[in-house]
Amino acid sequence: MTETEESNEEVEEKTEEYSGPTSYGVPVTESHDQVVLHPAPTQLLETVTLLKEDGFCMAIDVTAVDYLTHPGRKDLPAGLNPERFEVVVSLINHDQGKRVRLRVQAGTDNPTVPSLFDLFPGTEAMEREAWDLFGVVFEGHPDHSRILLPDNWEGHPLRKDHEVGRIPVQFSPEVGRH
Amino acid sequence: MTNGKELLLGEPERVFRREESPVLRLNEEEANAAIDDTDALDDDHRMILNMGPSHPSTHGVLRLMLEMEGETILRSKPVIGYLHTGMEKTAEGLSYLQGATNVTRMDYAAPLFSELAFSLTVEKLLNIDVPPRATWIRMLMCELNRVSSHLLFQATNGMDLGAVSMMIYGWREREEVLRFFEKVTGLRMNHNYIRPGGVAADLPDGWREDVKKLLEIIPPRLEEYDILQTGQPIFRERLQGVGVMNPAEALALSATGPILRSTGYAWDLRRHMPYLAYDEVDFDVVVGTYGDCFDRFAIRLNEIRESLKIIEQILELMPEGDYRIQNKKVTPPPRARIDESMEALIHHFKIFTEGFHVPEGEVYVAVESPRGELGCYIVSDGGPNPYRMHIRGPSFVNLQTLPHLMEGGLIADGVAVISSVDPIMGEVDR
Repeated sequence: MTETEESNEEVEEKTEEYSGPTSYGVPVTESHDQVVLHPAPTQLLETVTLLKEDGFCMAIDVTAVDYLTHPGRKDLPAGLNPERFEVVVSLINHDQGKRVRLRVQAGTDNPTVPSLFDLFPGTEAMEREAWDLFGVVFEGHPDHSRILLPDNWEGHPLRKDHEVGRIPVQFSPEVGRH
Repeated sequence: MTNGKELLLGEPERVFRREESPVLRLNEEEANAAIDDTDALDDDHRMILNMGPSHPSTHGVLRLMLEMEGETILRSKPVIGYLHTGMEKTAEGLSYLQGATNVTRMDYAAPLFSELAFSLTVEKLLNIDVPPRATWIRMLMCELNRVSSHLLFQATNGMDLGAVSMMIYGWREREEVLRFFEKVTGLRMNHNYIRPGGVAADLPDGWREDVKKLLEIIPPRLEEYDILQTGQPIFRERLQGVGVMNPAEALALSATGPILRSTGYAWDLRRHMPYLAYDEVDFDVVVGTYGDCFDRFAIRLNEIRESLKIIEQILELMPEGDYRIQNKKVTPPPRARIDESMEALIHHFKIFTEGFHVPEGEVYVAVESPRGELGCYIVSDGGPNPYRMHIRGPSFVNLQTLPHLMEGGLIADGVAVISSVDPIMGEVDR
C-alpha cells in the first residue's frame, strides 16, 4: 500500500514540475489530431468531473493497456513517469462533436484507479472488463467482479506475461492416418 | 448545455443508484445461496430465476439472473462471457493484414463495420488516405450491411414477440443482400473485405444492376412489414410503453445507436462526426419520442429506408479509380506484376510473411454500426502486429441498459426488451 501511495506522490510531483501545455489542469498531448490528457490516478476523478461540466456528456470507453514488453513510450509528456499499466478513458462531447482521451498511469504492481461509476454509471461493465482481463483495480466500483471469465479464473489474460492457453488434444491411437 | 436541452433530457438519477439499484449485483455463489435459502432475500415472495444461456429469445448465449416477485422483474443481471474467445489477445498475435479476419467475427450480423473501424484505425496510424473509390465502396457495403443487420432484427424481434412469420420474411430479404455480399466478397458473412489500405477487390461487373434490384425488392417488402407489424394493434400493445428510458439515463449509461436515438436524442456519428464520405450524401437521422421498445423497433425499420436512400445516392456518386491504395508497403502488388518485377515479388513476400510495420502510436477511431458506436483502439509499438487492439463493442455497453429497462416489468416484457436492445453476443463477449 505505502509503495503505491509513494509512487502516486511521485507522479504528482513530476506533474507539478511539468511546464508543457496543460488542459483541465493536466498535461495534454496530441496523437494523430486526437486530444490526449494525462492525469495521475489521484487527479482522474477531478479531471473527469471538470470535463463532464464542460459538456463531455458520455464515457464512451474504458480500457487498459499493459506496457510490459513495449520498447518505450515516446508520446508521454516530459516528466511523466511511465507505469506498466495504463487505463485509457474516452469521453465524447456531443454539442461540439469533440472527443478526448485520458491516459492514466495506473501503476506497475497493483494498478489502481478510482472508479468513474458515480460520474458515468455506464463505465460499470467496462471497468469490470478491465479488472477481469488486466487486473486493474477500480476503487469504489459497486460490483468489482469478473465479467467475461468465470469467477474462479486465475490470472488476467490480457497481461503481457500471461501466456496464450492451449488445450492439449489427445488423439486416439486406433484412428490411423488415411 | 442549453436549458432547453436539459429539460428535454430528464432525470438520470435512476441509473446512478448504488443501493436499491435494478442491477442485481450478486455473484454466482451468492445467487446459488439465495436460490437454496429463500430467507437470504429481503422478502419471502422473491426468488432468483435463471434465464439462459440457451433460451430461444436470448439472442445467442446471453444469460440473465432475475430477481422476481411473482411475474414482475425487480432486479436483473446480464451474465456474459459464454462466447468469450479472447479475440483481443488473438489480435496481438496477428499482423495488421490478418487483423481484419479477426475483428470481422465479432459482430457477425454486421461484420463490415468491425472491419471498417479496424481499417480506419490502422490507416490513421499509418497516416495514409485511401482512394475515393475505396471510400465509396466501403460506404456502399456498410449501408447494405446496415440494411441486412436491421432486417435480421426485424426477423428476430418478430419471432420473439410471437410474429413467427416475420422470421421467414426478415431472413428472406436479408438473404438477398447477403447474396450480393457473396458476389462481391466471396462470403456471406465474415467477409474480410475492408482491409487496411482499401478493399480486397473491386466491385464485380454488373454490380449496379444487382444493387438496383435490391433497391426494387426491399422497399415494398418493408411496406409488408408495416402491415404485419407497425400497424398491428396486438404487436403495438406488446411494445408501446415497455422498457422506457429517458435521454439522460441513456447518456449516463453510455448507450448509443438506436437505444439512444429512441429517447428522442438525435446522435448519429454519420451525421454529427462524419467519417468516410457521409457528409456528401443526404439522409435523415431517425429518432423516437418515448424511448420504449416500439420506438427502438420503428427506428430500425426506418433506418433501413434511410440506408436505401444513401445507397441510391452512392450509385450516382460512385467515382472511378483504384479500389486500394497503391502503396507497396501496405497493399500487395497486383498478381501480374509479380511475374515481371523482382521488387513486386519482394513486397508480396514481405507483406504476407512478416506484414507491414505501423509507426508507433495509439489512436481511437469510431464508426456508427447498426448497434451504436463501434470504436477501435490500437496501440502500436512500431512492429507488424498491434501491441494492443481493443474493440469498443456497442452491444457490450448497451447490454447495461437491460436491468434498467426491465425493472418493474413482466417477464414476458423482458423478452421484448432483450430483443429491442438487439445484442450480438459475439461482440459482447469478443
